[in-house]
Amino acid sequence: MSGFRVLEPGVLSLFQDAGRLGHHALGLTTGGPMDGAAFYWANRLAGNPEGATTLEVAQGGLRLECTGDTSVAVAGAAMPLKINGQTKALWRSHRMTAGDVLELRHATAGLRTYVAAAGGFEAPVYFGSTAVVRREGLGNPLHAGQELVCGVPTDTDWALPMDQIPRCEATVTLRVVEGYQAAEFSAESRGLFYRSAFQVSPRSDRMGYRLEGNAVAAPAGERLSEGIAYGAVQVPPDGQPIVLLNDRQTIGGYPKLGTVLSLDCWKLAQCVPGAKVCFEVISLEAAQAAVEEFAATREAMALKRST
Amino acid sequence: MPDDSMRIEVAGENALIVYLGHALSPVMADRVRRLDQQLRERLADQLIDTVPSYASVLIIYRPDRIRMEALREHLEEFGRATSAPIAKEGGSLVTLPVWYGPESGPDLVELADSNGLSVDEVVQRHHTREYRVYAIGFAPGFAYLGEVDEVIARPRLTTPRQQVPTGSVGIADRQTAVYPAESPGGWNLIGRCPVRMFDPLAAAPMPVGVGDRIQFEPISRSEYLELGGAP
Repeated sequence: MSGFRVLEPGVLSLFQDAGRLGHHALGLTTGGPMDGAAFYWANRLAGNPEGATTLEVAQGGLRLECTGDTSVAVAGAAMPLKINGQTKALWRSHRMTAGDVLELRHATAGLRTYVAAAGGFEAPVYFGSTAVVRREGLGNPLHAGQELVCGVPTDTDWALPMDQIPRCEATVTLRVVEGYQAAEFSAESRGLFYRSAFQVSPRSDRMGYRLEGNAVAAPAGERLSEGIAYGAVQVPPDGQPIVLLNDRQTIGGYPKLGTVLSLDCWKLAQCVPGAKVCFEVISLEAAQAAVEEFAATREAMALKRST
Repeated sequence: MPDDSMRIEVAGENALIVYLGHALSPVMADRVRRLDQQLRERLADQLIDTVPSYASVLIIYRPDRIRMEALREHLEEFGRATSAPIAKEGGSLVTLPVWYGPESGPDLVELADSNGLSVDEVVQRHHTREYRVYAIGFAPGFAYLGEVDEVIARPRLTTPRQQVPTGSVGIADRQTAVYPAESPGGWNLIGRCPVRMFDPLAAAPMPVGVGDRIQFEPISRSEYLELGGAP
């Protein structure tokens, strides 16, 4: 059977598919890949359908032994990839033969890398999704000795053209669609928010990214908890913004300035503590056009045969 | 009567949030429930998800199936419809048994003392009132129920507990809830409920939804155990 044995699970490695949708009314979050772009490419390079279950490897330290022939594609943060000790490229597919050892060392830039195996990994399904959300008790991180099952190798070897490979940067600018309580923030505090460079706090995780910097005065007053969208920027009374990501709570009561454009969220998810984050406004119309264009361009992008 | 307080705001490139008002109430909970139900029935194919809460519904939609302006028009129509008077408020009535007492509810005595009531009075006030599910969140299956009689209202503990047992029934200000799973928590615990509030493997994972009506029914420790309550 095609698959792997986990020799070392790494710092935090989780099964992730496209996420758990349609269950917010039960209080269930979406989960899913923090870097949706790398996730997409890992699957496409592995010849998988969009949304197949991958491994999201945070920070690195993963070692897998192949137990049955398959192929993999690895995409995301700059984690040195070794197969049987040989350095291999990310953003392309690799054949794996039983006995081969795949290793992802600690990231030199960025934070999360996706391992897609041919056919996708088999993983327990909860509410229609394999996305592991530890806070909700849905699934568990990878552990040493675990057997992973996937599919047989695909017949093609693909690579993403070099000029298309996204880079994880130490300073990121995120586009914000203003909304929610934006109009309740004063012009000064909005101005300060868009002028400031914030630092990623070490207390950032899959739920959300906490930022540190100039205190953005939030509108006063008690507020009823309300639904939180992916990428929502909330400002608690201490004025330190929090961008809510995949494992966010479904409802919350802090005032929100708006929502980071979905296309930009991956940049934040690849930030390590200390990275710099800036925000700029994007109009709703421009945001919607950007999303539409992005999807069409990506779909049409030609891969090249890897050598 | 038209409701002037209804507002629709952008919540992202493919999300809108409808505010039906600013205050929580049983009537508001029922309006939220009806709006959410309308959305799920009539726009199921266009929507990714909805988040009903105290006085709002967040809608995340599929931009390839519906435009934001068209969705906004539907929301205005559905939202307005919820402010029309109805013959009978909907929402299922769900009875949840509770084993009240100092053993199952470690904050019961202190709550009674601080509010100048006897333990029996606190229990009596808690279960002789019908509640509404105002929101679900914090954790899967965690239903915020309102509102408790103000004489038994009490703020959250200054220091939250690391571990609140599954099924614990708590009070925070004028809301009450059943902890669906063991978790940290700062609510004042007054009893325990044997009904599973969240079972990820069940066909119906939750016995309640936003806008449903809840009645608590006192039971003894042995009844609690017979009903499958965790010891």
